[in-house]
Amino acid sequence: MGMIGQHLLNGMMQGTIYGLVAMGFTIFFGVMNVIKFSHGDVLTLGAFGGLVAVWATNSMGLSVPVQFIAAFAAAMLLSAVAGAGISHFLIMPLRNAPPLNMLLMTMMVGTVLREAIRLFFPNGTNPQRFPELLPSGGFNIGSSFFRTDALILIVAGIASIGVVYWIINRTKFGLAMRAVAEDVETARTMGIIFARVIPLTFALGSITAGFAGTIYGLYYSEINYGMGLLLAVIGFTAAIVGGLGNIWGAIIGGYLFAGLQTFVVAAMPSMSDYKNVFAFVLIIMLITWRPTGLLAERGSERV
Amino acid sequence: MVTITKRAFAALAAVSVLPLAFGSLDAALAKDKVKIAFVGPLTGALSPHGIGGRNSAELAVKQMNADPKTKYDYELVVLDDECKPNIGVQVVTKIASDRSIVAAIPHYCSATAIATVDIFNRFKLPMVVWAAVLPEITYANKYPEVHRVSGILIGQNRVGAEFMKARGYKKFVSFADSTDYGKSMNKYFTQFTTENGNEILGTFAVPPDQQDLSAELTKIKELNPEVVYFGGLTPLGARLRTQMAKFGINAQLEGNSGIMGDAFINAAGPELAEGTVTFFDSPPISKMPGGKAFTDAYKAAGYSEPPEAYGPFAYIATHLVMETIEKAGPDRAKITAELADVKDRPSIVGPITFDDHGQNITPLTTKYVVQDGKWLVWEDSEYAAGKRKLKNLP
Repeated sequence: MGMIGQHLLNGMMQGTIYGLVAMGFTIFFGVMNVIKFSHGDVLTLGAFGGLVAVWATNSMGLSVPVQFIAAFAAAMLLSAVAGAGISHFLIMPLRNAPPLNMLLMTMMVGTVLREAIRLFFPNGTNPQRFPELLPSGGFNIGSSFFRTDALILIVAGIASIGVVYWIINRTKFGLAMRAVAEDVETARTMGIIFARVIPLTFALGSITAGFAGTIYGLYYSEINYGMGLLLAVIGFTAAIVGGLGNIWGAIIGGYLFAGLQTFVVAAMPSMSDYKNVFAFVLIIMLITWRPTGLLAERGSERV
Repeated sequence: MVTITKRAFAALAAVSVLPLAFGSLDAALAKDKVKIAFVGPLTGALSPHGIGGRNSAELAVKQMNADPKTKYDYELVVLDDECKPNIGVQVVTKIASDRSIVAAIPHYCSATAIATVDIFNRFKLPMVVWAAVLPEITYANKYPEVHRVSGILIGQNRVGAEFMKARGYKKFVSFADSTDYGKSMNKYFTQFTTENGNEILGTFAVPPDQQDLSAELTKIKELNPEVVYFGGLTPLGARLRTQMAKFGINAQLEGNSGIMGDAFINAAGPELAEGTVTFFDSPPISKMPGGKAFTDAYKAAGYSEPPEAYGPFAYIATHLVMETIEKAGPDRAKITAELADVKDRPSIVGPITFDDHGQNITPLTTKYVVQDGKWLVWEDSEYAAGKRKLKNLP
């Protein structure tokens, strides 16, 4: 059992990725009451954008740190544009439609994005090798092996969660966002430009997805067109478990899900094939126990 | 600008239809067209293997058509099964219900092949599997339509277990994918390894598309085996090798036919692939009679992708199918009957003999090791000569 530290680190890494995805879901829901199922595919789009940026900067002969920054910048920019575009052209016009229509529409947009990457990216059906931009290797503490790249990515991920939290709670834009989330009409009478705040909110949520996509690529050294699908399901589940609409809930949900997956493999290695089954079954039990999530959204009386 | 009047257009149309109507009269001049189908993964993570196989099959067809002595003009219908059982069932149903297709050369992936054998039987479409190695494909049923030129994975695992024992390895971990293929690999690995008195410390099964292996690898690191056995295909194998290195696991990697081919070395990179051992049912093509002719013709045909490990098998399967059609005529039942009698047929991977299940029983299981970014026969490598050492040798 000397590997507990190691398992914790693995769980932290996955949890950070899940948490970042879940945070997007929770932001969209909190502000617009929208479940945006294309979120996972926006993540994929961002990761591919990051890959192209690395290829481009690499062929220009720029240094590795520049490639690293370019990857994140391109991924975040591309996913922000995609997220804002989806909200402006598709979600806003449909905002008074039944929620089911919205859900279906975002699922279809996700499929379009996913298939577009598969069909138009060169060799898009094949998994793409994501270049290793972080120092490889690591160090041992006791019998646990700490990967340097994993540590850097976890710190980056947690820092980005902090930044998003700061934007929402400490900036003027965050205030506008929260005002819209609370009551659209009142927010409008207070002079908040609704049509500007919403796309920006979606851009913010999508940036976290692009960021997570790049972290994913750097950690696993591989991305593929379908990676967003399972991540979206897990991210959405995490957001629900934590309490849809509550940022901390989403993050706790993300780590919880990763923890469950890791625990199954650590405790019963021969059952590792069933880790998603176990994790989802436990999540179903949790949701049955606390239907509004572990941390319910404040003011959930709107349900 | 040329304007075509209605009447002129009708006349033109009539002229262009004419050859179709009188096509049969030309039989003496032009050969009858015969369609055969090739099925393999042309997209997806395993596409390098599928495309190598497709090119090789196409090459066989081109060579056959260039020969003026043959009776028929062959057309290769190429279909993509994406290595997914559900897609495989779709495309095989499509070719099986198309009566103009008289025979097929299907499947790289075992999980796909095992899902489609029933369809070949139901539609009475004769076929010769070119790569999939799961024993059940030929042995679970006795379908007269089903044949296979590639070996079965039992032999590879027997040779592998003996080889690893001879090197002195004692502690193993099995890591396989959770498809029928991976399960079968693990089953025979476990059987032969324990029969040899060696110990298996742990067994892991993951879906072939699982990205994150960190939990499994952490556990493997804790078990500290001398050898990690891998029973699966290239993408997962390359991922396993890459992530093993990231976790600082310094165990010897023992593979199988599933990772044989340049694609594994390309995906994992030559440094990480170095020293990986694998057991595969054919000697290198360069050492076989007619092997050089194949390699030269493949190059001359201008294919940019390598044939990969099973390209020669796709080539001989396609060749065998066409040879059979020359003898029996383009009729499904006659081809099936004719294929039952294949015995000691010379080919570039050695003689082909089908047993009563349509299984080629003459594979020559060969040991391979990666040295400087190339698969070398073990006996020819610096590892066998003692200049280089496998990892973790006791």
